[in-house]
Parts: sequence; structure tokens; C-alpha cells
Amino acid sequence: MCDVCGCGDPKVVSVDVHASLLSANDHEAAHLRAHFLEDGVTAINLMGSPGSGKTALLEATARALGGRLRLAAVSGDLATTHDADRLALAGIPSAPITTGTACHLDAAMVAGAVHGGVIGEAVRTSDLFFIENVGNLVCPAIYDLGQAANVVALSVTEGIDKPLKYPVMFKAADLVVLTKVDLLPHLRGVSVGAIADALSRVMPTPRLIELSAVDGTGLAAWAEWLMARRDEVRRAPRPAHPHSHGHEHQR
Amino acid sequence: MHEASLVSALCDQIDRAVAPHPGALVRVVHVRLGELAGVEPELFRVAFETLREGRACDGATLSIVHELAEWRCRACDAAITRGAALRCNACGGAARLARGGDLFLDRLELEVPDV
Repeated sequence: MCDVCGCGDPKVVSVDVHASLLSANDHEAAHLRAHFLEDGVTAINLMGSPGSGKTALLEATARALGGRLRLAAVSGDLATTHDADRLALAGIPSAPITTGTACHLDAAMVAGAVHGGVIGEAVRTSDLFFIENVGNLVCPAIYDLGQAANVVALSVTEGIDKPLKYPVMFKAADLVVLTKVDLLPHLRGVSVGAIADALSRVMPTPRLIELSAVDGTGLAAWAEWLMARRDEVRRAPRPAHPHSHGHEHQR
Repeated sequence: MHEASLVSALCDQIDRAVAPHPGALVRVVHVRLGELAGVEPELFRVAFETLREGRACDGATLSIVHELAEWRCRACDAAITRGAALRCNACGGAARLARGGDLFLDRLELEVPDV
């Protein structure tokens, strides 16, 4: 630098940005949500630990509702297409989203999976579209996928303090489905009351359905909750055609 | 580890914010990570140190403000004690997360050539 007047010195300027790190995902999610509303599709983002019973819950849902409502699903997994294969066997048109190393689904992955093709048509014409997220109680919680509701499957075998350990996930939940309740008699120190107490400390509007995919406990309450979400979506005003951008549609 | 994808989104935002300042060097990146925003600050820092390479923020310092969660009553705005049930003690109203749920790129410090 010049030691007479300081010219040539770089100057430091402060630039305010104030942007959410999730803004790109949120933009994509808003677009998906507008599509779902336009098509009258109720999208449910189903999250939970690996082994919490997400796929079994959807298989049981197909048995309970498959005759009455049109269902569709995508299943996120790091590897294999096992979950989507199970759902297809249960009669739910479904597609896998193999994430490789990603521990969560984001809105772009869901958009890519449901754009066009057989699954795209199945999703567009469905009443309930389940997005079975990657088994993980951490990362999926913060990604909006355009869903009408977030559901967390929590199994009784996970113990009573998962809500306190993973508050971000349960904060985002509209409903917790407490799965595998047929196993409660075998679990010492696990009670529904203790789990409900933990939920009340992290979930602003706690809503819990006790369910067993094996003996059918709670399936009626779950079906009723899903129908209520579907009715909300059906009653919601349809958005104006949501495209301010130029992607191609395979309609 | 979703911190990597968040940092990748951060680098994209920095590129866009720096674009109107040709020749600028990013010196400091100020982010705000909420306690209930689902991000581990140390993992975020490690991801930043890896992913900034070759980007506009290569060589920049990351300044993280960790924002504690604060729940308040939706109806009367009374604070709800940490760890307590998310119901207002005063009026029984439901809770809302007033602070600590966001992930933000707040501000950049840029070194720009003096002309």
C-alpha cells in the first residue's frame, strides 16, 4: 500500500444478506405443494428411525384404506429398493428414491421422482401420497417436501426419551404414530404416558395415535386422521397455476 | 450428515451475494444457527472448511452465532420455561417457537479493491 495516503488499501464492506439456508429447498417445496393442491393430492411426509415401522404402517394403511382411497408412495433409502418393492406388493403404486449418501429427502429429489412416468400419473391421481423418508430422526426434519402434514412413526421399542433426544424432529410433527404397541407388555419401563409426557415438552400441539400394524390397533384412528387431512386439502382453495418458470410437464 | 448440503446451499448464496462486487474477497461469513434448527455447529464448520475450496468464500472465516431456543405462548406471549411442557402456565395457550428455529446467512464482510 501507499504509505503517504493509504491508497491501494483494500476496504472492507459489510453486505447484509439475511437469507435462510433452506430458501432453495423451500422454493422447490412451495412449487410441489402448489401442484399437490392443484391436483387435490394430500401429501404426507412420513419420517422416523430406521426400523420404526414406517413401511409396515403403510402396508397396514393399504389394507385399511386401499379399497376406499387411491394411494401412492415414494420411499427414500440410501440403498436398495426394498421398501418401494414392499409397498408395490401391498398394492400401493410406488417408486424408490435411492439417495446414495444423502441422509434425507429434499424437495428436488421428490420433484424428480414424481415428475412424469407411471408413478407421476399415480401420484397426480392419488388421494393420499406418502413420502416415506429416509430412516433418520435428525436430517429429514428440516426439509420441507411440499407435504400437507408431517407424521413421525415412533416405535415403543425405541424407549421413552426419543422425543427429548431428537426435539427438532418432533417439533415438526403434526402427528406421532406410536407403532408396535402390541409389544408393550414385553417392555419394562416403557409406558404410553411417559412417551406422551416427553412429546408434550417438544411438540407444540401433541397428537399421538397408538397403533399396531400386526393386530390392527389404532388403524381406524389413523385412517380417520388421514381422511380429515384429505378433506382439508380438498376444501383448500386451488392455487392459480403455479408456474412462473419454464419446466416441461408431461401431462 | 445434512450439514454438507446446507453448506453447499450457503456457498451458492455467497456466490450470488458477491456477484455484484467484482474483485471482492470474502473475509467473514456470519451465519446464525438456531438450537432447534437441526444443525450441529461443529459439523457445519467442518463442512464449510471442506466445501469452500474453489468457491467465492475460499479462505473466509466462518462466524457462527448459536441462537438458543425460546418458546412463547401464542396467545399472551409469556415465556415458557426450558424443558417444561409446551403449554402456557399463565393462560394455557399453545406454544410457538419465537427464536432458535432458523438457519440464516446474516451478513458477509467483503474486502473490495479501493479505487
